[in-house]
Amino acid sequence: MMSHDSGPPVAQPEHFEFTPENLGRAKAHIAKYPPGRQQSAVLPLLDLAQRQWGGWLPLAAMHTVADLLEMPRIRVYEVATFYTMFNLKPVGRWLLQVCTTTPCWLRGSDEVVAACQRKLAIDIGGTTLNGLFTLVEVECLGACVNAPILQVNDDYYEDLDGPKTEALLDALRAGTPPPFGSAIGRQGSMATGGKTTLLEEPTPPPWQAALTASGETEEEKSDAG
Amino acid sequence: MLADRDRVFTNLYGERDWRLAGARKRGDWDGTREVILKGRDWIVNEIKESGLRGRGGAGFPTGLKWSFMPKQSDRPTYLIVNADESEPGTCKDRDILRYDPHKLLEGCVLAGAGMGCTAAYIYCRGEFYNEARHLQAALDEAYDAGLVGKNACGSGYDIDIYIHRGAGAYICGEETGLLESLEGKKGQPRLKPPFPAACGLYGCPSTVNNVETIATSPAILKRGAGWFSSIGRPRNTGTKIFCISGHVNQPCNVEDAMSVPLRELIERHAGGVRGGWDNLRGVIPGGSSTPVLPKDICDTVLMDFDSLVAQKSGLGTAAVIVMDKSTDIVRAIARLSAFYKHESCGQCTPCREGLGWVWRVMERMVKGDASVEEIDMLDEVTREIEGHTICALADGAVWPVQGLIRHFRPELERHIREYRAAAPRRAAE
Repeated sequence: MMSHDSGPPVAQPEHFEFTPENLGRAKAHIAKYPPGRQQSAVLPLLDLAQRQWGGWLPLAAMHTVADLLEMPRIRVYEVATFYTMFNLKPVGRWLLQVCTTTPCWLRGSDEVVAACQRKLAIDIGGTTLNGLFTLVEVECLGACVNAPILQVNDDYYEDLDGPKTEALLDALRAGTPPPFGSAIGRQGSMATGGKTTLLEEPTPPPWQAALTASGETEEEKSDAG
Repeated sequence: MLADRDRVFTNLYGERDWRLAGARKRGDWDGTREVILKGRDWIVNEIKESGLRGRGGAGFPTGLKWSFMPKQSDRPTYLIVNADESEPGTCKDRDILRYDPHKLLEGCVLAGAGMGCTAAYIYCRGEFYNEARHLQAALDEAYDAGLVGKNACGSGYDIDIYIHRGAGAYICGEETGLLESLEGKKGQPRLKPPFPAACGLYGCPSTVNNVETIATSPAILKRGAGWFSSIGRPRNTGTKIFCISGHVNQPCNVEDAMSVPLRELIERHAGGVRGGWDNLRGVIPGGSSTPVLPKDICDTVLMDFDSLVAQKSGLGTAAVIVMDKSTDIVRAIARLSAFYKHESCGQCTPCREGLGWVWRVMERMVKGDASVEEIDMLDEVTREIEGHTICALADGAVWPVQGLIRHFRPELERHIREYRAAAPRRAAE
């Protein structure tokens, strides 16, 4: 078990308030759950708060969420420290999350880590002095056939290697992130050499006899006529 | 090989429009009303007859699971879709969420109708931000078109669907951990019984199903159980999305028939093993929790539930992780031990303490800084962890280590021997 709440304490703001726009979003989240079950909205509200506060979640924001959801503060602290996507201290403008779990490792995630370290002169867990980049190691991002993956804020950059990672970092530093997705231009999770399936134009599947009024299958119908 | 007309996921690669207009052209939301009007028992029976087994890893018969839901309930009843895909090697649900979201939503309506659910929650892993956006856009379209909500598809059946994003915790893919998380708590699994069908979300009857399971169900209901069960082998029927990653020439996702031979799967769709089939060291056949198989088993094994269990592994999520002979397989498995140690929720002592211990021993095995007797001790301890925890995370964490010892013991011994041989040199330095 890991707690990701480590390191020296950070300076905390006194107050946190949702912007009117985010408060509206928060209420829309709360409305998804039955009356009295508003605690269910704690993950989306903490996420909103983190986005509003520039990528990290101060204590004051947890308190605001606790009040809004009528939850004891300790229950919000528990949630905020349990889930890895909540950052309990400030992070850089670009949060670089390198997946190093086995499928990415097999495809060269070590090179992606090394490229980040070399280019940014920071180690895993570090933030550059200009506050532009934070580098963290994460567990499986669930895009393994496009490994190795680097998640930058909300977006997945896929099919990377050392030089492509460096080029990506240059673009981020210049404030011009390239479109996310495959760095080698491949379509989704299709094989690089081209697809082996779905070669025909898809058509609606035929219905079984039980669903048609006549009791014939759609195929029988089209055969007949 | 499976014919294109028998494939369920016709936009797997996102080449076509994933929105409502495009989905409709591929047959989604066509016949939904007719299926709903057939009634609950018909729907559940059709799924039972099809032989569909859960696609999330455990392979429990889906129709049977649906039949556990109470026929009468004065409380709300829920369908929960598990889109917290995070088993290393697995990336199939992601393609459904981003490229075929309407198939999943239609499946929610039909599964909900089959179980009499009043609402459905789709729990999507937090990192899938862009995927969740597609899904939300598709849901908004479906509401606007009257396909979801009150009188869904004009059938008289009411169901609301909500999307809930997680925040980074593998354990929330465990069904009761997911329910806890959905209730706004830490995702620590619950003891069973009571099972979710009796006491699930908010204490109400609930069924938790994987994305692929739910998204496959409309095709079965429309085309018929007989169509689905004619694909694959008995007890292992239908089509399946396979994720082929690691040391293959062309990693990819592909939908093929259940029971396809592993070697054919890799060579036909993924361009073969890097350096040729004889360069294969081993394959993890179904996501990180399933034990690794050596080449001689990979030569002949079929990709389905029963044949992989017969080899003391499992189909799991059908995430095939291929490792060629350049792989330090001890390190590959040790990295998985680190993953499980990181993802343990900390509730049960054998898991919280045991997985840290297993990982530390595995790290020593990688270096070779261990004794040969410790291999047996490691195996023994994993068996003390297995089956002694609330959920199956610890089981899934120790199975890869057990598989390593079962099939690759000479590799472990080689690491130890080489470390010892280098001892005088280290002493001299």
